[in-house]
Amino acid sequence: MKKMTIKAFAATAMLMLAPVAGFASGGGVHLDHVKIDMGDKASLQRGFKLFANYCLSCHAASYARYNRTASDLGISEILLKENLIFTGAKVHSPMHVAMPADGAKDWFGKTPPDLSVIARSRGTDWVYTYLRSFYLDPKKATGTNNTVFKDVGMPHVLWELQGWQEAEHDEHGEVTHLKLVEPGSMQPAEYDAAVRDLVNFLAYLGEPAQLERSRLGPWVLLFLLLFSFVAYLLKKEYWKDVH
Amino acid sequence: MGDFNPNAKGLMGWIDNRFPLTKMWNEHLAQYYAPKNFNFWYFFGSLALLVLVNQIVTGIWLTMHYKTDGALAFASVEYIMRDVDWGWLIRYMHSTGASAFFIVVYLHMFRGLMYGSYRQPRELIWIFGMIIYVALMAEAFMGYLLPWGQMSYWGAQVIISLFGAIPYVGDALSEWIRGDFVVSDATLNRFFAFHVIAVPIVLLGLVVAHIIALHEVGSNNPDGVEIKKNKDENGIPVDGIPFHPYYSVKDIVGVGVFLFFFAAIIFYAPEMGGWFLEHDNFVPADPLTTPPNIVPLWYFTPFYAILRAVPDKFLGVVAMGAAIVVLFLLPWLDRSPVKSIRYRGWIYKIALAIFVVSFFALGYIGTQHPTPTLTMLGRTFSVLYFAFFILMPWYTKMDKTKPVPDRVTFTKH
Repeated sequence: MKKMTIKAFAATAMLMLAPVAGFASGGGVHLDHVKIDMGDKASLQRGFKLFANYCLSCHAASYARYNRTASDLGISEILLKENLIFTGAKVHSPMHVAMPADGAKDWFGKTPPDLSVIARSRGTDWVYTYLRSFYLDPKKATGTNNTVFKDVGMPHVLWELQGWQEAEHDEHGEVTHLKLVEPGSMQPAEYDAAVRDLVNFLAYLGEPAQLERSRLGPWVLLFLLLFSFVAYLLKKEYWKDVH
Repeated sequence: MGDFNPNAKGLMGWIDNRFPLTKMWNEHLAQYYAPKNFNFWYFFGSLALLVLVNQIVTGIWLTMHYKTDGALAFASVEYIMRDVDWGWLIRYMHSTGASAFFIVVYLHMFRGLMYGSYRQPRELIWIFGMIIYVALMAEAFMGYLLPWGQMSYWGAQVIISLFGAIPYVGDALSEWIRGDFVVSDATLNRFFAFHVIAVPIVLLGLVVAHIIALHEVGSNNPDGVEIKKNKDENGIPVDGIPFHPYYSVKDIVGVGVFLFFFAAIIFYAPEMGGWFLEHDNFVPADPLTTPPNIVPLWYFTPFYAILRAVPDKFLGVVAMGAAIVVLFLLPWLDRSPVKSIRYRGWIYKIALAIFVVSFFALGYIGTQHPTPTLTMLGRTFSVLYFAFFILMPWYTKMDKTKPVPDRVTFTKH
């Protein structure tokens, strides 16, 4: 087994050295906790708006449909068509991306991944921290780097909102702290709240059924409690004869 | 074979003249006498049957929407989760059911260990049960490939490549299993075939054999007393009660409580924090990107830890296989004059406790990235795991036992 693991890891290491932009670090990086609340419809709606404006131009969410998302979030179809669909897609279509995949690969080094289930694969804390951890790095083609996802191919798309951060390093060259050097249109607390809305939305997007799940859950459990109780009484009645 | 009875009345009479329906009903339910002192641990056999039915029924509905194609499989699972009416519920019932199956079966097997249910004359029940367990592992392993996520893919890649450790034929064998040089669409399609039809048929057949063997010799019980030794004038064991209605109504209570926990997971924590559905499996399978930590699902990790504990790959595979094979031998390793832990001495109690701790510890170690400390611990617990079996013929003989009563202990409640 040991040999095999070594082989597997050698293969991994080789692949990791390959000049692709998309490998997660994630291990060992401190992640900030974000509170997910599916009951906060306003937050989910704001998150959808940010998602449609900033993410959907490069990333698809091709397992999700526009109208399902809108109706789950309490957004009318008219509002959806006028403000949230920029590709001319039909309301019932999946959230595809207008950008050609081949071109995207040339421009960013990797086709931007589909975001339908990103909150489930990465975890919400990871996405929340990642979107707040871009910093200026002149060595990178995009002009930015990221402490959570080193050498990521994605540029700092939300710079207009957050502004630009610079990294402070320790003696080993490790990033210790990010400092806002040029403010964006939002205050830092406002930006954190906006990213939280976006991540809340991504958490919804990862599993739209969770709204139904939590709605039905209590009733199912209540039924099973009653069922078990009645079954217990029945058992007790029958077992009276057993001596 | 019964003679044709021209006086038989009604539908049942008509059927009984042509098919032994009443006879089977009586033999297996209404006149199958089970010991009256079954406790909590005796719920898990019927619950295993319930989960099996759950897996088959939800599985049928999943296959109606699932696409067996490397290019479509991952998306089809998301389609089930989003666009198919109640698809999410069916899928979670199936994925949670897989883990529940192993929980229930492990508890069922542990019951056997505690009360000596594998001892004479129940050796074949135990053997059939062990084959069911092995078939279940194959079923779960192949089913886990189907969502076609990163862990599906790389888990299968790692496990199949273990066959490559067999000298001379290894590489050809693993290639033959995959149907390709790497896990691919060909592998997905054959695993689907095994998962939805071949292994389930074998499982169902084995379950029937398991129950027929059980009903032939009769159930063991927490006292390990043979109730058939004490029969009344009608030939009915004095400590036996008809399975139906007594245990059918009792098992329904177990079903209700089990379903409560089962539903709680489905509705509130279907991923179980990454234990039932791994996070990396929400990334589509990518043959060019190896995940940093490939971990099998929790029910395999004790054996995975034993595999990793051995420095040599081939011997590691042998040790992992031996860890399962040795369970088959249990009926012949145990030399204690008594069956139940209630009448055994402290040696067996401690041995069983060490075994349980080792199994859990190995299960944990199997999920972790190997470090020198964990590898040492993995080796220690592997040795303890095997020691439980290898030393059993001696310590069970040495162990001081208490006298076993003639009748089962039963307090009316």
